[in-house]
Amino acid sequence: MDIALEAVQLGKRYGRRWALQGCSFRLPAGGIVGLVGPNGAGKSTLLHLAVGLLRPDAGDVRVFGRSPYDDPAVLPDIGFVAQDTPLYRDFTAAELVQLGGRMNARWDAALARERLGQLGIPPKLPVGKLSGGQRAQVALALALAKRPRLLLLDEPVASLDPLARREFLQSLMGSVTDSGTTVLLSSHLLADLERACDHLLVLRASRVRLAGAVDDLVATHRQLVGPRHDGEPIAGVGAVVRARHTERQSTLLARVDGVVDPDWTVHDVTLEDVILAYLGDGETDTTRTDWEVPA
Amino acid sequence: MIEFVLDARSKVNTYVQLIQQVKQALRVGLLAPGDQLPKVRDVAQSLAINPNTVLKAYRELEIEGLVEGRPGVGTFVRRTLGGPPLADQADLRDDLVAWLRRARTAGLTPEDVIALVETTLRATLAADAARTEHASA
Repeated sequence: MDIALEAVQLGKRYGRRWALQGCSFRLPAGGIVGLVGPNGAGKSTLLHLAVGLLRPDAGDVRVFGRSPYDDPAVLPDIGFVAQDTPLYRDFTAAELVQLGGRMNARWDAALARERLGQLGIPPKLPVGKLSGGQRAQVALALALAKRPRLLLLDEPVASLDPLARREFLQSLMGSVTDSGTTVLLSSHLLADLERACDHLLVLRASRVRLAGAVDDLVATHRQLVGPRHDGEPIAGVGAVVRARHTERQSTLLARVDGVVDPDWTVHDVTLEDVILAYLGDGETDTTRTDWEVPA
Repeated sequence: MIEFVLDARSKVNTYVQLIQQVKQALRVGLLAPGDQLPKVRDVAQSLAINPNTVLKAYRELEIEGLVEGRPGVGTFVRRTLGGPPLADQADLRDDLVAWLRRARTAGLTPEDVIALVETTLRATLAADAARTEHASA
């Protein structure tokens, strides 16, 4: 299996605070990977490290085996659309396509024009005057015109209305089918990710909490409802990710590795259930202490 | 050509939903041998889903021998599902209609009927499977 993006004990520090720490994962080439986590978890930092805009303070990040910060030769293989799809707002879409040709050794202007033409984007209007959805489509078309092997998208649909969001994801999925580009896409919209992504990377509090193939993650997690449980091992359960209790009953989201003890009612989970469980666990205690209220 | 529809609320895997829709179309005669399935790119784009999901569904159908991929052309139906088409099952259908009327007279709602059919189907399949296993042991 080819590895598109690999991190080994990767860390990045801003002043005294680690924005990313001990981060290790491998993303297979050809996959569409969802990057999930609360604001401030380190998603943008990770993407900026992967595109060589930041230098790691610890460990290593490699794109197709090369370090993007030290080895600029790998940069033509990486496409990047930053948050809120920044573009030179006074330029028209047609001018941006032309400009891209001057700034990139490999540049498929015909591809960009064809895509923008199909989407009905006006070529002669400054992109600052386009709708948010159209601007996002221009940014995507420009990123794809580089014919990157790895495309990094930082919350590309966060500020779009539902229709523009769907259209953006449609053209992304269509063009990825054609090009076979590996995609790493950060988003808060879990339902979108469930459909679009085959791999998932969950960050929380500067660390990787979960990484894996979506089908495996959904297949190995279950919600269990049963008698009050106080941490003793349960047959068939590898790890309890999140537990909620009432006086008599416990509801667990767990990683299962066999036939679960029949005392428990077992429910299938969606990817969203799994993500929420990993994002939610163990976060509340410190907050309660900070506010000086009892846990 | 069929068009795929996804049930966003379903907990059934997307690729399984695609497989089920192809099989359903084969059962009711919407798809016949020689028909082409929608192109992977078109499905991925129109549903905004991962192309690998579509490929996975088509691959499973291929393994089951229902479709075949022709490189550079597309994916085509090879054969229909085993068993006669549902349209030919007039007798069974008449029995079912009579049974459904009895169920309604007995006070069953459509939800009750579906629940009864599903539990009975599961129980019967399990019992039959156990019997076959027993016989072959």
